[in-house]
Amino acid sequence: MSETCIYIARSSAIAARALAGEMMVMNSADSTFFTLNEVATVIFQAADGHTPLREIVRDQVCEQFDIDPEQAQADAEEFVAELSGHGILLVSSQPLAPETP
Amino acid sequence: MIAAPQKIACVEIGGIPIALSTDDERFLDLVSQRYDGFLSSSHPQFELQFDLTSTGPVSDDDVRVRREGDAWLIKRGDFQARWDPRTGRGSVRQNANPYSLDSVLRILHSLILAQRGGFLLHAASAICDGRAYLFSGVSGAGKTTITRFAPPDVTLLTDEISYLRLGADGYSAFGTPFAGELAKAGENCSAPVSALFFLEQGPENRIDELPSSEAVRRLMRNILFFAEDRALVEKLFTTACNFVSRVPIRRLTFYPDARVWDEVRTFARNFAGNLQEMPEHV
Repeated sequence: MSETCIYIARSSAIAARALAGEMMVMNSADSTFFTLNEVATVIFQAADGHTPLREIVRDQVCEQFDIDPEQAQADAEEFVAELSGHGILLVSSQPLAPETP
Repeated sequence: MIAAPQKIACVEIGGIPIALSTDDERFLDLVSQRYDGFLSSSHPQFELQFDLTSTGPVSDDDVRVRREGDAWLIKRGDFQARWDPRTGRGSVRQNANPYSLDSVLRILHSLILAQRGGFLLHAASAICDGRAYLFSGVSGAGKTTITRFAPPDVTLLTDEISYLRLGADGYSAFGTPFAGELAKAGENCSAPVSALFFLEQGPENRIDELPSSEAVRRLMRNILFFAEDRALVEKLFTTACNFVSRVPIRRLTFYPDARVWDEVRTFARNFAGNLQEMPEHV
């Protein structure tokens, strides 16, 4: 698990909608489409660019779900890396300014 | 030199009249025959001027639709078009091939609809008991087959390209002249959409639920949209989610005979009064 502080922000190149309890996210640049589970949705919605991922996991994920903090952090980092690879999330070791569409 | 006088045919699909102008009498005849049933005396909302070439397709290039300033540039190996949504006017350079004409019209309608919350769907559609039913799927899934088995009181809107518009009371499906294997234009009429079925052929008739995410995914895959434009793609995604939240979407596995329409009617009866309610998340 990483000790480095990670900041995450939603890319401006996406469209997201909650429908029937599911969060659907589409990368409008290449039309790739993702459905997020409940935990992933919490992280996605909290990706404001200035709240560290560790804080999101501690204050929101672990508060809302019965999950081991170490495991939650590892899962969150894996999820963030995946969505970052698809251009859905921006990741930085510094706080991120919101992207202007 | 005096320009040849322009002759105009107004083709109204989905309640959107588009004037097609040309100085070629034979091309005008082709337009009139091909879109018979969709010719209109309404005041056109848009206009396309055709400049006909005598050569065949220049290349096999796939279609590209992109913005250049305020206008849309639409290019394929067999035609080139430019359309300005601000003025509503555009020009097309192609030979007198009716398939090129169909494609230009489909692309233009897809651009107009995208701005208005509607879309063209790779689907057959038909009106049964006053409501429209959509049957979507890849080629070979059974779109034409299911229309062939339609009872006599069912009105065919299309066996290939469905036309969906959002109105005050929800989505309506309109007939289109764009035919698939049936080689027959749809009726020029419309009805509120009752359901969308994604088709699969199987040993028996059955209707299964689809999760919303899967419905949106399948819907996006079957919407006809060509423009390389991020904002419009996002709008289309919002439209797809809106449609899924308003219209029942199911998987219809069917055995190819007329009994599949009993299944559709039974579904319709069970869902009467529960259609196109305002969505939870809009």
